[in-house]
Amino acid sequence: MLRWTRRHVLAAAAVLASVVAGPALPAQAESVLRVIPHADLKNLDPIWTTAYITRNHGYLIYDTLFAMNEKFEPQPQMVDTYEVSDDKMTWTFKLRDGLKFHDGADVTSDDVIASLKRWGARDGMGQQLMSAMGEMVAVDASTFQFKLKEPFGLVLESIGKISSNVPFIMPKRVAETDPFKQIDDYTGSGPFVFVKEDWVPGSKVVYKKFADYKPRSEAPDAASGGKIAKVDRVEWTYFPDQTTAMNALINGEVDYFEQPANDLAPLLAANEDLVVEVNDPLGSIGFARFNNLLPPFDKAEVRRAAIMAMKQEDYMQGAVGDQKYWKTCYSVYPCGTPLENDIGSEVMATGDIDKAKAALSAAGYDGTPVVIMQPTDIPLLSAFSLISAEKLRNIGMKVDVQAMDWSTLTSRRAKRDPVADGGWNIFHTWWIGADVMDPMSIAFSGDPEKGWFGWPKDEELEAARSAYSKAKSAEEKKVSAEKVQERLWAIGASGELGQFFTPVAYKNNVKGLIKSPVQFFWNMSVE
Amino acid sequence: MSTPTDKVDFSISAEASLTSRKDASLASLMWKHPSVFWGGLLLVIMVLIAVFGPMLASDPVAIHPIVRLKVPSAEFWFGTDYLGRNVLSRVIYGARVSLVVGLAVAIVAVVFGLMIGLVSGYMRWLDAIIMRVMDGLMAIPGILLAIALISLSGATLFTVIIAIVIPEIPRVVRLVRAVVLTVREEPYVEAAIAAGTRTHLILLRHILPNTIAPLIVQATYICGSAMLTESILGFLGAGIPPEIPSWGNIMSEGRTYFQLSPWIIFFPGIALALTVLAVNTVGDGLRDTLDPRIARKM
Amino acid sequence: MVFYILKRILATIPVMGVVALFVFLMLRLSPGDPAAVIAGDYATAEDIIRIRENLGLNDPIVVQFTKWIGQLIRGDLGISIFTNLPVSTLIAQRLEPTIMLSLTTIIFTIVVAIPLGTLAAWKQGSLIDRAVMLFSVAGFSIPVFVLGYILIYIVSIQLRWLPVQGYKSMFTDGVIPFFRHIILPTVTLSVIFIALIARMTRASVMEVLQEDYVRTARAKGQSEFKVLMKHAVRNAAVPIVTVIGLGIALLIGGVVVTESVYNIPGLGRLVLDAVLKRDYPIIQGLILLFSFVYILINLLIDLSYTLFDPRIKY
Repeated sequence: MLRWTRRHVLAAAAVLASVVAGPALPAQAESVLRVIPHADLKNLDPIWTTAYITRNHGYLIYDTLFAMNEKFEPQPQMVDTYEVSDDKMTWTFKLRDGLKFHDGADVTSDDVIASLKRWGARDGMGQQLMSAMGEMVAVDASTFQFKLKEPFGLVLESIGKISSNVPFIMPKRVAETDPFKQIDDYTGSGPFVFVKEDWVPGSKVVYKKFADYKPRSEAPDAASGGKIAKVDRVEWTYFPDQTTAMNALINGEVDYFEQPANDLAPLLAANEDLVVEVNDPLGSIGFARFNNLLPPFDKAEVRRAAIMAMKQEDYMQGAVGDQKYWKTCYSVYPCGTPLENDIGSEVMATGDIDKAKAALSAAGYDGTPVVIMQPTDIPLLSAFSLISAEKLRNIGMKVDVQAMDWSTLTSRRAKRDPVADGGWNIFHTWWIGADVMDPMSIAFSGDPEKGWFGWPKDEELEAARSAYSKAKSAEEKKVSAEKVQERLWAIGASGELGQFFTPVAYKNNVKGLIKSPVQFFWNMSVE
Repeated sequence: MSTPTDKVDFSISAEASLTSRKDASLASLMWKHPSVFWGGLLLVIMVLIAVFGPMLASDPVAIHPIVRLKVPSAEFWFGTDYLGRNVLSRVIYGARVSLVVGLAVAIVAVVFGLMIGLVSGYMRWLDAIIMRVMDGLMAIPGILLAIALISLSGATLFTVIIAIVIPEIPRVVRLVRAVVLTVREEPYVEAAIAAGTRTHLILLRHILPNTIAPLIVQATYICGSAMLTESILGFLGAGIPPEIPSWGNIMSEGRTYFQLSPWIIFFPGIALALTVLAVNTVGDGLRDTLDPRIARKM
Repeated sequence: MVFYILKRILATIPVMGVVALFVFLMLRLSPGDPAAVIAGDYATAEDIIRIRENLGLNDPIVVQFTKWIGQLIRGDLGISIFTNLPVSTLIAQRLEPTIMLSLTTIIFTIVVAIPLGTLAAWKQGSLIDRAVMLFSVAGFSIPVFVLGYILIYIVSIQLRWLPVQGYKSMFTDGVIPFFRHIILPTVTLSVIFIALIARMTRASVMEVLQEDYVRTARAKGQSEFKVLMKHAVRNAAVPIVTVIGLGIALLIGGVVVTESVYNIPGLGRLVLDAVLKRDYPIIQGLILLFSFVYILINLLIDLSYTLFDPRIKY
């Protein structure tokens, strides 16, 4: 029997009052940054998935040992000081004082080592670091050492990696989760705390400020510098519909729209209360990826002929639109990054149907139909696919465009079987510039066993990538990087379709946006 | 689920339906229902566009990024879309696709529904099983069923048609079964059974003719709703392959541009609304004429 | 009577069974591979195989089905592949917006459609009748999403009367925000439903108006209003209620679209997301839930006939 106590009655009265009067306002209004993220946050383990949205989530709640500045130089973040032995084989790091996890525990060397191990089991660069690693030793609670067994030139670059998978530091108990299973404890030591009770997957994610976070004293500089949470809460609301998202921003129902379609930029910019600008200096690179295992693209000459037809202007105009937001770029490393060069890139720069046609007939194309997988739920890639289909038809190839959603595409592109058994010839995607800045990116692999879908095979390419990872000076790195590019164009591993920049749009009372290829939410405030 | 409406009175005896169909000469139909005249006229125009339009229009899939998102003008009457494709050509071609989808769905749903319904209504031992399966199918919301079926089998024109057909079949089956149940109680059918006429003859001679009138009416409604469903599937990203310019696909690709370039959605939207309107109006007219029980009262 | 109710309830069990089998087979035979989606852009074939094993996707289909039915019987809808949360939690989070949107839609529809239909039947052939009929045909012809965009553009962006999107809870955010947010989605979703019910009401009332007892009532000099209310509408209730029941399926389909357009975090969006991402447990759970609701509502409607129509006896 339910007994009505005084407390029940009061509670009921309070509920009634709130229904009548609307929500009770907190004593001091919390500042909230309301964000439309670029995608729905499906899972919360940034080591388990490479999804960019999960990486952004990771940057809110976790911290990193090192972090990249705007010039892509790794800077200490959680690390206070570090030393390198003369032979560069022993690295000693000391953590900053006062670093705490959200549950109040101190961040220790054990947490760091466990986190790096888990990351090293999944991430490509992490795997390379781990294969050069002799052992990781906890010297004391805040000091740890890397003892390498072979030289590795990218120690700080890998643990300061800016994009997926980022080596975020988690508590030891969480980091000991099997790398192939998702974590279910979201304790981090970053500037924001994930509010699990308020998470509505597919719709809403809420973060609140972590009061005990100790930011660095330097000014924020891309991922590096002081991460100061300037709002009490960050709320992500995912919008599957661009038109609705745009209207919500115009109507003042949200503050920040992370990735409006480029075509909507002028409509948003026309509103005087909104700011529209490009925040990622590197942008993204469109890719047409050939399957090297199946005819007709098992021949480098055929791939190169197809690349010659891929005029970047046409792709960018059709899929991105406004020329403010794209440029052609024939370097495999994004234009504007340190390794940009033009070696071997004439093939990509050709953009001429007649030359491509001649090259194709010289290559001895036998009329094998080309299956293009078109992901219809992603407009940009859908457009790339249609444009490629038209280009290839124009140079005399037989083309079969197969429409599917992105999820089907991701499973089908992993198949190495012939077309008749569910294989494929071309798919399109994009990489954010930060992910293809150097030869270590899996996008540039020439090893069909460990490499990326499409599986090009080129030993010279692999040798050059390995030389890059062991290079001791900037000059040596540059030489190997150029060799990698030369090989990539020589074998025609992928067509690159141009460099494009997606703007962000926000209300003009939002301040403190950090210039970076990755979206960060610290330092941002609503005035 | 046997609701009382299963027994809705479709008691059009063979004779009655014959006479009513004689009355329903096209002219008198048009005379009595001016809306049917306009609906029919519109439909005829749409069919003509669907059949002959593509011969006159320019290539609906040719891409011209230079002229993307152009407002309607003398050169592009309906403007261009985000790839610079001619929206007029696409809408014209889309008429063909939408009408094919509508017709195909209506015909397939009616044929299968009729067969299953006749079996179910006449062979009582199978009835329970068939109707449970039909009830199960009906209980799954049609759009969800269609989305799931399409993602199962990959989106092609054929699979989209099948996916739209499947949720429609149970409705046809129930209609046919109701007619069969009613008609088989009629004295002349009972007499035929008593005289030892073979089952398939009874179905063919006495029962089938009675299903025709309600089925034609039902088919027009299915046709209209199939065209709408196609557009919704396109909108949700689970429809006909976007290489094929159906009205649903054109609108779905125009979603992002609704405020920037409204013509991309406006023209196919109008075409779709008018066509569905025409089909439904004709359906109403047919129902009033072919189903004398209601028509008598008009 | 009690026997009839029991029989009707038992009859729903095989229907649920058919739904369950259908849903399971349909999704397991689909070509999309959740493991590959989860693994993401950089994944190697090995990663994908390991993830498949972890998810139990490599078991024989029969084993998977038996496991699943066993779970269902215990009320466990499984764990979402992507979010790692129980499906029942995900559904519970999103139940409120969808239920509220469905309720407001049904109420709004009934309040608008039944008087309109009755009026049209009563003033048969008049201007009102024609207007109602035109609206009811037109309502069927406009794609829901186009209507939604037009309403947002006019009401929210141009006039700035109502918010563009989102859902506010009546219980935690207050009554006024709730209504401000739900008006546009309700109107959008109701149009097709109103068209359907208004037509049905008109046809049914018209039929009843021809019946002898109505003529008798009229002949006895009862007022038109009384005749309409007492005889016509009451006797027309059975077919109208039936159509409302059938319309529930239509409503559920419409919810998927409306929730996408107005960014309402309800079940419709959950299921669409799940289909696009191949999150099997969510799709199965939701289709089962929707079907269950549909069957339940139609069961209730069946039973309600005894209430509305004294001629139906069991």
